[in-house]
Amino acid sequence: MNTHSLVSIEDYTKEDIMEVLKSASEFEANPNQPLLEGKVVASLFFEPSTRTRLSFETAISRLGGRIVGFTDASSSSVTKGETLKDTIKMVDNYCDLIVMRHPVEGAARYASEVAVHPILNAGDGANQHPSQTMLDLYSIYKTQGTLENLTICMVGDLKYGRTVHSLLQAMSLFHPTFYFVSPESLKMPDAYKLHLNELNIPYYECRELDEAINKADILYMTRVQRERFADPLEYEKVKNVYILRNAMLANAKENMRILHPLPRVNEIDVDVDENPKAYYFEQARNGVFARQAIICKALGLK
Amino acid sequence: MSKKELQVSAIENGTVIDHIPADKLFSVINVLGLSSLDNPITFGTNLKSTKLGKKAIIKIWDKFLEDDEVNKLALVAPSAKINIIRDYEVVEKKKVNVPEKVEGIVKCMNPKCITNYEKVRTKFTVVNDSPIVLRCHYCEKLTDQEHMEII
Repeated sequence: MNTHSLVSIEDYTKEDIMEVLKSASEFEANPNQPLLEGKVVASLFFEPSTRTRLSFETAISRLGGRIVGFTDASSSSVTKGETLKDTIKMVDNYCDLIVMRHPVEGAARYASEVAVHPILNAGDGANQHPSQTMLDLYSIYKTQGTLENLTICMVGDLKYGRTVHSLLQAMSLFHPTFYFVSPESLKMPDAYKLHLNELNIPYYECRELDEAINKADILYMTRVQRERFADPLEYEKVKNVYILRNAMLANAKENMRILHPLPRVNEIDVDVDENPKAYYFEQARNGVFARQAIICKALGLK
Repeated sequence: MSKKELQVSAIENGTVIDHIPADKLFSVINVLGLSSLDNPITFGTNLKSTKLGKKAIIKIWDKFLEDDEVNKLALVAPSAKINIIRDYEVVEKKKVNVPEKVEGIVKCMNPKCITNYEKVRTKFTVVNDSPIVLRCHYCEKLTDQEHMEII
């Protein structure tokens, strides 16, 4: 396996994370740097994800790299029954780096064992999406000036949301305090709570959003999806409980910022958008700089 | 040695696997592939045990377990003890130890894991050994003892 891949956020040490954040801020100050000139990057999207793909492809373009690839599996040989192994072996012959999104969990780890060139995981099913985590960390770092000793309040679907799980894993390196706000049926899984217990990291579980808002440095909102509920009545009961409205922010801390991995549906009311604490659109913009930094680290550039 | 009656007859040379929980006997037979061996084998089950309540025992003539067989045994019956017999005497007693890594033995219980889509040798790290909990190297999901399926 090549050691430069980024498959899971756990592949990065605390030092790696800080190095990438520093590099991301340099790219933000100066986004167009031809470090990938003469390099070919494969962008393999076995399932469509317009947002992540555009962010990665923008990062590659700003670095002067060339892109080959496909935007969904129907336009590749996967439809002819080719295995992932064979697709990766073939593409690995052509390029210097592979960015891949795949619906099957563990696909990127397997690809990193098959390929000679580094793999960047742009999402493998419900498992990992480490570049999203890095842009979340960059957004937190930028708005708070540090990652240490922060109070992070996570809201919504904490059971299936991979972004909250990866963010929890990464933030655990920086002495955080967590508040988990979710419906009973979408609580943070025990495996993650045990992990926090082992590390002596304090966390509190609440049913009500109001309880936690005023304590938070970061309010991390996620979507509560209708399809997660076996019982539609249960969804109707909770769907409006986890909606953030501007009036609820009156007593929030001055430095508090609201993050959301997007797309949002109705969990953040549009009246929040004008509040200076709303940070989710800028957060998406940060994704390009974080990905430029991740790409350069994988290739040992800079 | 006391002269009490042996509930399963002694063997001359080979391996005795003792202290198998009675309800795990058939799992042990499966994981060790005993049904395809030509060696003489005797099984006893629902025997009295102060530790386990009811235990099972397997005696295999002229066979000594390889390391990967001991690993498989550890996954389905971590309480088992292995006795190596030569000339009717116990020459070595071994506890089975749950290994730190488990490769190519267990199926990942996550149906969406790559190892259940393509021919990929499964790999796990053991995150807890009693009860056994395995973490998949690929999808990072946990497989517990209850859902453990031996390949």
